[in-house]
Amino acid sequence: MNFNLTEERQMLSDTLRRFLADKYDTDRRNKILESDQGYSTEIWSGLAELGVIGALFSEGDGGFGGGGFDIAVVFEELGRAGVVEPVLDTAVLAGGLIAATGSSAQKELIESVIGGETQLAFAHGEPQSRYDLDNVQTVADTQDGAIALTGRKAVVMNAEAADHFVVSASEAGGISLFLVPADTDGLSIQGYPLISGGRAAEVTLDGVKLPETARMTEAGKALPVIEAVMARATVAQMAETLGAMETAVRITQEYLGTRQQFGRPLATFQALQHRMAEMLTEMQQARSALINAAGHLEADRNERERHISAAKGLFGRIGRLIGEESIQMHGGIAMTQEYELAHIAKRIIMADHRFGDEDWHLERFLALSAA
Amino acid sequence: MDLSYSEEDLAFRDEVRSFLSEKLKPELAEKVRLGRGLTKEDMEYWHSALNSRGWLAQNWPKEFGGAEWNAVQRHIYEEEAARADAPRIVPFGLSMLAPVLQKFGSKEQNDYWLPRILSGEDWWCQGYSEPGAGSDLASLKTKAVREGDHYIVNGQKTWTTLGQHANMIFCLVRTDPSAKQQEGISFLLIDMDTPGVEVRPIILLDGTHEVNEVWFTDVKVPVENLVGEENKGWTYAKYLLTHERANIAGVGFSTAALSTVKRVAKAVNDNGKPLMQNPHFAARLAKVEMELMALSTFNMRMIAAAGAGGAPGLEASMLKIKGSEVRQELNDLTRRAIGPYAMPFASEALEGSNQPIPDPFDVGDATGEYFNNRKISIFGGSNEIQKNIIAKVTLGGRA
Ligand SMILES: Cc1cc2nc3c(=O)[nH]c(=O)nc-3n(C[C@H](O)[C@H](O)[C@H](O)COP(=O)(O)OP(=O)(O)OC[C@H]3O[C@@H](n4cnc5c(N)ncnc54)[C@H](O)[C@@H]3O)c2cc1C
Repeated sequence: MNFNLTEERQMLSDTLRRFLADKYDTDRRNKILESDQGYSTEIWSGLAELGVIGALFSEGDGGFGGGGFDIAVVFEELGRAGVVEPVLDTAVLAGGLIAATGSSAQKELIESVIGGETQLAFAHGEPQSRYDLDNVQTVADTQDGAIALTGRKAVVMNAEAADHFVVSASEAGGISLFLVPADTDGLSIQGYPLISGGRAAEVTLDGVKLPETARMTEAGKALPVIEAVMARATVAQMAETLGAMETAVRITQEYLGTRQQFGRPLATFQALQHRMAEMLTEMQQARSALINAAGHLEADRNERERHISAAKGLFGRIGRLIGEESIQMHGGIAMTQEYELAHIAKRIIMADHRFGDEDWHLERFLALSAA
Repeated sequence: MDLSYSEEDLAFRDEVRSFLSEKLKPELAEKVRLGRGLTKEDMEYWHSALNSRGWLAQNWPKEFGGAEWNAVQRHIYEEEAARADAPRIVPFGLSMLAPVLQKFGSKEQNDYWLPRILSGEDWWCQGYSEPGAGSDLASLKTKAVREGDHYIVNGQKTWTTLGQHANMIFCLVRTDPSAKQQEGISFLLIDMDTPGVEVRPIILLDGTHEVNEVWFTDVKVPVENLVGEENKGWTYAKYLLTHERANIAGVGFSTAALSTVKRVAKAVNDNGKPLMQNPHFAARLAKVEMELMALSTFNMRMIAAAGAGGAPGLEASMLKIKGSEVRQELNDLTRRAIGPYAMPFASEALEGSNQPIPDPFDVGDATGEYFNNRKISIFGGSNEIQKNIIAKVTLGGRA
């Protein structure tokens, strides 16, 4: 057993942390949050130059990482700084699907993704699906060698910025994946901001015509690969949340040490001390659960998913605790939009709304354990 | 002990229902239901509708023009109003300042200010908290120095709810800097149009503008605007806070929120079944419903005791704690229920920005409300402070 990071990963983590400490302070982040684009092009290129995106792909795909702990290291730092740039959606989710199952022509995109020139989005969830992975009503209709996609995709992250979409659709009694350029006729996007930063959209596919070459998997056979890539994305998101929790706890710790009421620092009130202790304890649990999940990404499907659900379920509970408690222990100041903790707490709590929440994973964990 | 409504209660409930169906405009109810920001006009409209019916000052004694409702009547109104999505009554003039004036103010002050609260001529806000004085309110620094027949006020208040709409603010100010903290504070009524008063917005984490900073620079306040005696303001402030707490259980809001969560949980898919059939979600919902059923009775017991002349005591603190926990839990469940659709930022700040926000379950800004309502365990004396009060009285020692 060895719980230390390799030297390369430690270096990546340190460089990324320095870059963000330098470039991503509260003022900068607040400007990005208020911007129409919802993310900063400059930060995006900066991350690509640092090799952050490359670290999320394997050497075979042109990157230099791609393992569970590469993902965890990168996202913990992104989370620590409350970064809203769409690294998860472009690189881990849509990029990960292309890497896992794209044709060699499709995989050519990865180079420009790693270089920071191409943005991607994964259009999978639908208004009725909530967190269920296999609930796809968008249909793929093939006639005379041409494919037509029709349906609606819900809360598609990074849709407006994406140059290409990976789109799921029902076909042949299962789910298929297609790579769709954003400017294809019949694809329309209705964008909006998100409460914890960044942007998403409702994406409508109105008979979107595609050639056979747009297909990414054998017809109807995409579910296992979707699940495997979602597992990686879940690890990424948990790592991000863990980083954000670290920041929430750090800010709270500092604030309790300086804020005085009744002639003494808040940190001297036992009612608050115990709760700080509880947050720190739970955060250790979260970190451990994340390590379990990241370490089982290459395991058999059931083993992998059981660890994913165990960890994500725990993150749901702990995230709420740390998000709410850090606000409460601050008092009014944490309720203000521009205070750093408000943003961080929103990221932590809203993480429960992607890739399945606490109750959804609890149900799934039970089912997987019974299997 | 009798838990059922009497004939008169039922008749009263019918009256409330018909009033609500007659006066509550559907557009206004819809705004309330979806958690959209109400305009000043919306709130004024609702106050004047209630006032025309004699129902605005529900807890004032009859001698001051109030309705003097009993516990059951208040409960019935609260429940029906919440069910119908009526706007809440803005509490600052009606249920915070007025009880203080009625108990400690002069006859002239009552004659002058109370009718103006009812008519809506004055919009009051509460100037207690300061940047350095939150839980430790008695450490407040805003000072008022007597010069002839005026006080000259300098300092800063913060977190002033709806101060952007107000023309009057009741403030705690320091009039004797040499006295022990609690003993040098006075209760002063300040006209916000006086030169030297400046209001600056604070935007909350859900994007709403509901609180403000209020700055005072050499503001001249006539001495007639002192309530009660100089340096006795702390007593009045504490009296007011017990009223603030008593109104904070929010049973009506929670009852309405519970039915929203149930509606959504039946409509939303989870693992191919309605979310209501997810045992973990269903258990969360059942647990909070059990709490709410008890809370509702707890609330009525407390109002009844207060009506019979018992001062709201420790139970008010307990009610505040429980009431906020139940409400916050329900807000959490609504946001949870709608899954990924909790993420869009449905803030009022974006209204009319031709970016329609998807709301397939018709819940409005549920996530914004969840974050916004983190405030209810912070303000009006935080839940920690309420526990300190309870512990201090029961166990002694320092709080
Ligand atoms: C949305 C909103 C609206 C408001 N509206 C108004 C208004 O209209 N008028 C007005 O005057 N004020 C208003 N307030 C202010 C509110 O009353 C204060 O926020 C509250 O008193 C807490 O003070 P604080 O925010 O400075 O937190 P602090 O007092 O700094 O407290 C920070 C944390 O420490 C805890 N704490 C403090 N002391 C102790 C202790 N002794 N033991 C254990 N824990 C302790 C608190 O419970 C809290 O969790 C509003 C606040 C908010 C957020």
